[in-house]
Amino acid sequence: MIDLIIASVLTMLTAATPLVFAATGELICEKSGVLNLGVEGMMLVGAVFGFAVASFTGSALIGLLSALLAGMLAALIFAVLTLIFLSNQVATGLALTIFGTGLSALVGFDYVGKTIDRLGQIYIPVLSDLPLLGKLLFGNDLLVYLGFVMLLLTDRFLKKTRWGMILQAVGDSDVSAHALGYPVVLIRFGAVLYGGMMAGLAGGYLSLVYTPLWAEQMTAGRGWIALALVVFASWQPWRVLVGAILFGGITIVQLNAQAFGLGIPASFLNMLPYLATIVVLVLISKDATRIRLNAPACLGKPFRAAR
Amino acid sequence: MLRLEPRVSHSSLAAWLSPLLAMLFTALTGALIFMALGKSAGTTLYLYFIDPLTTSSSLSEVAVKAGPLILIGIGLSIGFRAGVWNIGAEGQYILGALFGSSLAVYFHESTNPWILPAMLLLGILGGMVWAAIPALLKTRFNSNEILVSLMLVYVAELLLIHLVQGPWRNPQGWGFPGTRMFPDAALMPMLFRGYRFHLGSVIAFLIPILAWIILSRSRFGYSIRVFGSAPLAARYSGINPKKMIWISLLAGGGFAGLAGIIEATSTIGQLMPKISPGYGFTAIIVAFLGRLDPRGVLLAGMIIAVTYIGGENAHVSAGLPKAVTGLFQGIILFYLLAFDLLTHYRVRFISRTAGAS
Repeated sequence: MIDLIIASVLTMLTAATPLVFAATGELICEKSGVLNLGVEGMMLVGAVFGFAVASFTGSALIGLLSALLAGMLAALIFAVLTLIFLSNQVATGLALTIFGTGLSALVGFDYVGKTIDRLGQIYIPVLSDLPLLGKLLFGNDLLVYLGFVMLLLTDRFLKKTRWGMILQAVGDSDVSAHALGYPVVLIRFGAVLYGGMMAGLAGGYLSLVYTPLWAEQMTAGRGWIALALVVFASWQPWRVLVGAILFGGITIVQLNAQAFGLGIPASFLNMLPYLATIVVLVLISKDATRIRLNAPACLGKPFRAAR
Repeated sequence: MLRLEPRVSHSSLAAWLSPLLAMLFTALTGALIFMALGKSAGTTLYLYFIDPLTTSSSLSEVAVKAGPLILIGIGLSIGFRAGVWNIGAEGQYILGALFGSSLAVYFHESTNPWILPAMLLLGILGGMVWAAIPALLKTRFNSNEILVSLMLVYVAELLLIHLVQGPWRNPQGWGFPGTRMFPDAALMPMLFRGYRFHLGSVIAFLIPILAWIILSRSRFGYSIRVFGSAPLAARYSGINPKKMIWISLLAGGGFAGLAGIIEATSTIGQLMPKISPGYGFTAIIVAFLGRLDPRGVLLAGMIIAVTYIGGENAHVSAGLPKAVTGLFQGIILFYLLAFDLLTHYRVRFISRTAGAS
């Protein structure tokens, strides 16, 4: 029983980790006032390039770094279009997802069904062998811990650092931030690229650690769920964790219900994460005032410096 | 030095010029991609964009493929005009196919000529039902329609898989997922012997004309435009925002559902685990490329259909992955969004000295 619980918690954490990466990245991006709906596309691009490079070089670590870079480059297209060409952010985000889906299918064409060496599990000799908590606390892959670190860093960055404050000022009132002399467009550029990098990391985690393989559209809507998590979290990093763990928990329900054969068709179990996202969105957005108070005031609006 | 000046009113010349520029640049980018893949750019571009237009049978295929894109694109353009972002048309398409096909599944020996019209109506209803969910949640709970409608795509896909593997599976199908083939009475009449061009394609080509008349000549069309471009002004003039959201989503869902059931009753003739090569998402591009104008959507639907058929040609004769088509669709939308700058702004060249004086 205890083994089952520990295994469940470990599964939950690995399922939650890509959501944490993608959602904290998007959170920073949205805090700067830019709504990038292309998370799903950037994740796919990260997943495929990470996998391809890992398979080419034989190093999952180099693969993972390539995933970061690929996600960032995908975000660069979005940044140029929305921040320089002032295109509609919603439409551009959709375009990025369509583009990412096509590009990843093309690049991944030769990699479907191939396997690679999974990014190594770390094993801390004495600590991991401790009874009960040992495996729970020290038996995860390295990136699960990175997820927690990123949450902490994101939270500290926004609340305690000067640059975090400036970022939020840009997202809440671009005109005033510009008047104060902050480079609005440049800061937003950075935030969008950072969001892309984290989405790439999330994708790389899926193709290099979680599965590890490449399949077309393997992100299966996780990019969109990450977007919903940001709303659910009311743009506050630690609440992202709550949401991500909730979705990790659903994964366990899915797996266990299948394993114990409760007679629920697999298709219905597979609907759970998507239905849960809808339920979560409804519960959170019922309170319109709360959304309005927490959402960055300039979210989704283009900015053009008046001279 | 370059400088942007906002235009007082949108330039309609630029609005129609930017899709053309976008297509031109997509073709150029395509040439580069093909060369990177080690193919001859000229031959492959010909396969993609010209070859589908050269024979009557491939023209018929283009028309057949354009049908669902045009129908869904029309529905979406109504919503996009009103600023309602329904991006779950793929799910509404599937639900339309499911609702409509239920008749053919349960009355699989029917010869009643009314079964087809009944299926089409049920299909429209199915799409509307699926779109009503984001509409209800948006108007009642203020939930984001983008995320809700998109999540429902995954739910719809899984529902379809469940039905064709379980309750609706063909008992004589050797265990393969899929329903029985529909009876003849439940199939779209083909119009020319030897071609797949069917009655549904004709419907798809007539709807934009109807939509254009309604949208450009009626008070309703005007309300939609005002609501999208100036929500506050719309509210003061007595346009009910909730009603606009409902209409936008129901129109999108209805047309997507119609497209789904037409596809099921024509080229497929049964239900299978996969009944769409992503029409619902591609139609988003069709709507934008067509400038959210029914006439434009008609044209854009045909252009994008050409790249679908071209993609299949290139897959067969040049061994290119079909995914290239999806890549092109993303790129064309990127260029379109970039060139749209010209519609909203005037680009001025000014010399530094002139600016200083």
